[in-house]
This record gives sequence, structure tokens and C-alpha cells, in this order.
Amino acid sequence: MIEEFARFFGSPSNRELVVGSLLEHLYLSLVPLLLGLLLALPLGRLAQQVTRVRALVLGASNVVYTVPSLALFVLIPGIIGTPLLSSINVVIALTLYTAALLVRPVLDALVAVPQHVIAAATAMGYRQGRRFLAVELPLAVPVLVAGVRVASVSNISLVSVGALVGIGGLGRLFTDGFQRDYLFQIGVGIAFTLLLALLIDLLLVAVWRRLTPWARAGQVSAA
Amino acid sequence: MIGEIVAWLTDPENWSGSGGVPMQMLLHLYYCVVSVAVAAVIAVPLGLYIGHTGRGAVFVVGVGNAIRALPTLGVVTLLVLFLGVGEVPALAGLVVLAIPAILSGTYAGIRNVPAEAVDAARGMGMTGRQRLLGVEIPNALPLVFGGVRSAMLQVVATATVAAYVGLGGLGRTLLDGLKVSDYAQMAAAAILVATLAVVLDAVLAGLSRAFVPRGVVLAAQTTAAGPTER
Repeated sequence: MIEEFARFFGSPSNRELVVGSLLEHLYLSLVPLLLGLLLALPLGRLAQQVTRVRALVLGASNVVYTVPSLALFVLIPGIIGTPLLSSINVVIALTLYTAALLVRPVLDALVAVPQHVIAAATAMGYRQGRRFLAVELPLAVPVLVAGVRVASVSNISLVSVGALVGIGGLGRLFTDGFQRDYLFQIGVGIAFTLLLALLIDLLLVAVWRRLTPWARAGQVSAA
Repeated sequence: MIGEIVAWLTDPENWSGSGGVPMQMLLHLYYCVVSVAVAAVIAVPLGLYIGHTGRGAVFVVGVGNAIRALPTLGVVTLLVLFLGVGEVPALAGLVVLAIPAILSGTYAGIRNVPAEAVDAARGMGMTGRQRLLGVEIPNALPLVFGGVRSAMLQVVATATVAAYVGLGGLGRTLLDGLKVSDYAQMAAAAILVATLAVVLDAVLAGLSRAFVPRGVVLAAQTTAAGPTER
């Protein structure tokens, strides 16, 4: 095992493959995470305020989430006219998945903000837009972060499927390893995917702590 | 573009023979139903046991999350290289990937049964087994079905990917189209897979509605519409 490890990482071309795929994987999973979140926030807000939009948005996100990733990777170029082997397809597909996954938590989190807090903010002179950014959104963060964590894990695992249409970050290690009958390389790909998911998850938890200082303050006063 | 896809979908030649749409769709469906069924046979009893006794909960949550992060293509290629090319290794991969959703759904379902209901059952003199069968399982059914639904979505998607290692089904049609750069065939197969996924999900949602006892649905509605508003 250790021997195999040394042999695999001893080869400069393998190291290059792993580092290159890893960076591509990071880009292909995190950019959609951010874009999807930015898309889900206004959609969730709209769904919260307009009942008719709510059913539509939730229904649409359900359907989007149901479509298998490979099918989406293939259909997007046909719909928007990008080349089949372009990384934009993967980015758009995962952005859609992220948004579909996050609309519900955004909506739930916004609905859960206590009415008296909103009333207090209004009484203090917050206009609607600022109240949303400064009061409602921060209070929604805990629920939101839970959703973002699920979306990040799911994105990181889905990127690899893109390897079947030529863009897949660490997924390249799987297709290449399968063609060459090289089990160890597939193992390396899986290990790095899990590691990446874990690291991003820890990072998200750290960000969450920074964003919700009151949660810790509450724990201290309760103790 | 759309014209070519419609032309592919309406060409009778693509609807006949062993590689035709109906056969591949049935094959896809067969893979999905078999692997979700096998996964359920493993995961539901395990989830019931862990939820009922509380033993091994940390294991379920931890391993469940780790498996969710597993790249499906990696698992499938690894298993096929390890166990040899064929249907069974690829299906084993599908089962592995379907287990965590059902397991955590069942576990969460049992855990979320209202404590008052279980206490009341105990107060009425029901044994542990009677409580499990008569109170905990019926109350857990919505979440169990939720787990089965997400497992099914995962499996429909993974079965498509598994065509790369030789599995049949609509993924086969898609990847064959890719090999000869026939975009119409790829897109048609993608549309069919997406339709299959949406229909299967709707069928499971319907089954869930049919099987969840009326009392549980009513109880959920009254708590949802309660004064706490959520």
C-alpha cells in the first residue's frame, strides 16, 4: 500500500494530474455553490412574500433536483448553445442544483424569523431592503448554513460525473483509472474527493461561527 | 436542434429491438427498483433498530454523511475493477449509494416520533414490540418514504452514470450517442432519463400518500398549522 502510494505520487505526471484535477474540482464545485446561493436568496425571498410564486418556485426546484446530473450536463448545451465539452455546462448545472436545494431552507429560515424582531426593526426605522440584509438574513444564517453544507457536499460529489462529458475535476482520475485498469488511481480520486468535502465543510462551519457571534454569546449566558 | 431531437424520438427505428427506447427504459427501471429494494431490505431494519434503541446513532449520522460525499462515478468504477465487469458489481454500487438515504430517513423517522405518543403507548401497556409496530413505524413512515424517494433519485442518476462501466439502460443510449457525437441521441436519452426520474418520484410520492396512515397526516397538519406557525 505504502509502496504503491510512493510509486503513484513519485511520478511527476501523476502529481500534476492530481493537483490540476483538484484545483479544477474546487473551482467547479465552489463557483456554483456561490452562484446558487445568490440565486436562491432572491427566489426564497420572493417565495416568502408572494404565495403564488411559492408553489411555483418550490415545484420547479423539486423538478430540477430530480433530473439526473448527466442528463442535465447534456441538455444544457442544447438549451443555451454552449459547446458540449465546455466547463460552463457543469457550472450552470450545479448552480441550478444548488439553487434548487437552497430555496427551501432560505424560505423556511426567513419564515422562522420572529415577527416581533421584524416589528422592532421596522420601528427603529429600518427600510425593507436594509431590514432584510441587516436583520432577517443574519437570523436566517443557521438554517441557511445547514443547507449550504449539504449543497457543498453534493456539488463536490457530483462534479466527477462531468468527467463523462470531458470536464470533471477529480472525476478524470476515475475515467482515466478505469481505462488503464488502475485501481489505486481511482482510490486516490475518491480519497481526495472526500478530503475536499471535509475541508470545505470545516471551512463552512468556521464561517458560520464568524457570522453568528450571538449564538455563542447565548450559550455562555445560558451556562 | 430541437427538430433533430424530436426526429430521433419519433423515429420508429429507435423504439424497436433490444437497444430501443422501451427495452432500455425497462432495463433502467429494473436496475433502479431492484437496487432500491435491496437497499431498503438492508437499511430499513437497521434504521428501525438504531432509531428504536438509540444504539449506533453516531455511526449512522457520520457514515451516512461520508457516503453522501462519495463520488458515484468513483464508486462504480472502483467496484467494477475490483469485482470484475458485469451487472452485479455495478448494481452493488447502486445499492451502496442507496443505503444512506434510506437508513437516515428511517432513523430520523423513528427518532422524530413524538415522545408523548410513545409514552402514551407505554402507559397503555404496550410492549416494546407493539410500540414499534403500532406507534413508531406508522409515525415514521413519511420520513422513511422521504428516504426511499431520495435514494431512488440517486439511483436513477447513478444507473445512468454506470453505463460507463457497461451497465445497460438509458445511460447506455446516452453514452453511445456521445461516442459517435450524435447530439440528438444524447439529448433524447437525457430527456427520457429526466422524465423517468420525475415520474418515479411522483409515483413514490403517491405511494407515500397512500400508505401513510390518515391519523399521522392529520396530526402533522394540525402541528404545522398550530399557533407557533411552523
